[in-house]
Amino acid sequence: MIPELGHFALILALLLSATQGGFSLGGAARGNHAWMAAGRSAVVGQFVFTAVAFAALAWSFAERDFSVLYVAANSNSQLPLFYRIAAVWGAHEGSLLLWSLCLAGWTLAVTAASASLDAPFRSRVIGILGLISIGFQLFMLTTSNPFDRLMPAAAEGQDLNPLLQDFALAVHPPILYFGYVGFSVAFAFACATLLEGRLDAAWARWTRPWTLAAWLFLTIGIALGSWWAYYELGWGGWWFWDPVENASFMPWLAGTALIHSLAVTEKRGLFKSWTLLLAVSAFSLSLLGTFLVRSGVLISVHAFATDPARGIFILAFLTVVIGGALALFAWRAPRLNSAAGFEVTSRESFLLFNNAFLVAALSLILLGTLYPLFMDALELGKVSVGPPYFDLVFLVPMIPLLALLGVGMHAAWKRGLLGSMRVRLVVVAAGSLAGALIIGAAAYGDIRPMSTVGFALGLWVMLSSALIPVMRLRSRQPLPAAVVGMVVAHFGIGLATLGITGVQSFKIEKDFALGIGEAATIAGYEFKFAALRDVRGPNYVGVEADIVVSRAAVPVTVLKPQKRLYNSGGNPLSEAGIEVGAARDLFAALGDELGQGRWSVRLQYKPLIRCIWLGAILVALGGLIAAFDRRYRAPVTSTAGDRAVAPAR
Amino acid sequence: MKLPSRFILPAAAFAVLVAFFVIGLQRDPGTIPSPLIGRSAPAFSLESLGDPAWRVGTADFAGRAWLLNVWATWCAGCRDEHEALLAIARENRVPIVGLNWRDDRSLALGWLAQLGNPYASVAYDPEGRTAIDWGVYGAPETFLVGADGRVLVKHIGPLTLDVWQRKFVPLLPSPGEGT
Repeated sequence: MIPELGHFALILALLLSATQGGFSLGGAARGNHAWMAAGRSAVVGQFVFTAVAFAALAWSFAERDFSVLYVAANSNSQLPLFYRIAAVWGAHEGSLLLWSLCLAGWTLAVTAASASLDAPFRSRVIGILGLISIGFQLFMLTTSNPFDRLMPAAAEGQDLNPLLQDFALAVHPPILYFGYVGFSVAFAFACATLLEGRLDAAWARWTRPWTLAAWLFLTIGIALGSWWAYYELGWGGWWFWDPVENASFMPWLAGTALIHSLAVTEKRGLFKSWTLLLAVSAFSLSLLGTFLVRSGVLISVHAFATDPARGIFILAFLTVVIGGALALFAWRAPRLNSAAGFEVTSRESFLLFNNAFLVAALSLILLGTLYPLFMDALELGKVSVGPPYFDLVFLVPMIPLLALLGVGMHAAWKRGLLGSMRVRLVVVAAGSLAGALIIGAAAYGDIRPMSTVGFALGLWVMLSSALIPVMRLRSRQPLPAAVVGMVVAHFGIGLATLGITGVQSFKIEKDFALGIGEAATIAGYEFKFAALRDVRGPNYVGVEADIVVSRAAVPVTVLKPQKRLYNSGGNPLSEAGIEVGAARDLFAALGDELGQGRWSVRLQYKPLIRCIWLGAILVALGGLIAAFDRRYRAPVTSTAGDRAVAPAR
Repeated sequence: MKLPSRFILPAAAFAVLVAFFVIGLQRDPGTIPSPLIGRSAPAFSLESLGDPAWRVGTADFAGRAWLLNVWATWCAGCRDEHEALLAIARENRVPIVGLNWRDDRSLALGWLAQLGNPYASVAYDPEGRTAIDWGVYGAPETFLVGADGRVLVKHIGPLTLDVWQRKFVPLLPSPGEGT
């Protein structure tokens, strides 16, 4: 009964999305305020019924209702309650429902917070969000209904993919989706602007906090995914350039470029059409990511649902949404002129470089991700593009980006860099280089060109960021939240750069065959395979090793890697044993049993790897602080001078 | 109305992308060509699953067409294709050689006892060395080896009677022909 209620609620939500889209856009076009009000009311109903549908599915999981196909396929009675709830989004159908719920939530928030906007503009935004909701709800109801019944009911469910039975991965999808879907707000704002044919500073000021919010969720989501891959997949890598990872990283890059470009549009009224294009792109790349993951066009270890019928639906939806927005852009963007000059060392030009490098990295990653598809479609054979390509195309734009970042933060709008600042920055740059050489020599006993560049860039970004609050406080200038947020986020980027450089340059990964009592040594740490015992979890059995780590005969820790066999079958899974440290992680994973009591054991030494995720947390925190800047909460007013040259009609 | 061209570029690029996606969706992502096609089958000689003293190898089938099916008890797709394998075995046109891959001997024997044994013989490859030689990256995979010892076709994923009819049967020596 409850699943049928959920199904019915989903149908009602679809009808309300259609009401929301139709009345809002129709009302805005005809200037009919009653229609616009009807569209706004539908937003609330759409959210409520999507939430009811979601709750019905969660209830079916909690109550172990194996007569629901999706529940039977993704959980079983031994699975703990927390993972039964997380299993709601453990596969395709439920993920879509979560997507839809996030979208309804964002729409509700935008509707509630936008009372001060022009009524037609506000309705256009709400209407466009409604059209996107229609697509997702229709997709679920036609090809991927999570409430389909299984007749006769299964006595016992299969299990949630054991890889997904993990805290980080249970919370990773909701956070990531919240970020993905959040870009729909900027997208809807951009489309509404293009429909109206005018763009002013108030528009940019309005869009910025929403974009920041979406972007910070995406940042956390990506960091969680990377952290999970590190400790759960058993290989000790933290980024694989897998198509699914790229699918989340590309919207992040576009979102990062958008945040910076919005700053220029808000402060100086420049880059207008470019900013709109980025706003359209960030969400388009989120949708594209969904398509790539769901359609089976690209195969990847992560793609857990592939079905051509679904692929065709998503492609059609993608074509309508993205194609429509880009056609609108081609038609209306030429009217949005921005005529103003700026100095080559002004903040505008640094932000232009920022955008150029970010978009270059984004385009090359997109090309690498889609290249196998192009080659296959052109009958040029099956190829795969590996990490060496992505490492290179990402690294090359990032080096000048980080180098310019430290200067750009100190450049003034329009005018350029002050003379006294130049001297300070030269000192900081020299200090960073010296620091990089010292870290290399003192901590790792090795000075390599790439590691020195990486450490120097990381230190440079951190120090030049920290210089801003120091100078502002000394000269008694105000320190608004937007500036604090920028400093914290950039400091985090610097810290992550240090971490990435440390891991990539000085990591040690070795596989050994060890019997009980035997030991192996890497990076000065002795790992002794001391014991092996059987363990039993709620829905798995396995073995756990004691690996005693010591350094110069001083005990450091005992790592307890496990090898688990889940009752539901499948390959055995490795749970790594990890000792976390600020300067390094020590990592041990159990491989295969080699016979005669010997096991293959993977041992790793990962210097500074924690800095990567700590940096990402700071980046997200910076976004959060900046989103709460006071000026975003002030009533929106637009200045006449910012209006575009030709109003549309 | 005349449009400045640069504003159309994003839409045009997207249209090209969609065209590629449409072609991409028509194609089967499972067809990954094996470099083995047309080459001699990699030789192996492994313990028989049922009797460790007995060896199963490529030499046993020299001069005959045969099928190599890579399977394991942990592989759900192998259970799906088992009925089809039994049906193919009943046709009795080619011997099916099983390659039991990274598996446990007692579990594997239990599986055959329970579900029926379609295999003429089963080679036991617990460490997956032979599977590496054959370029196996997941189970189930099925190879057809011709009488001349060359690999004729490879199928990734569960074998169905439909796939068997389409991909394999046209390549088989016709009944009565050959040895």
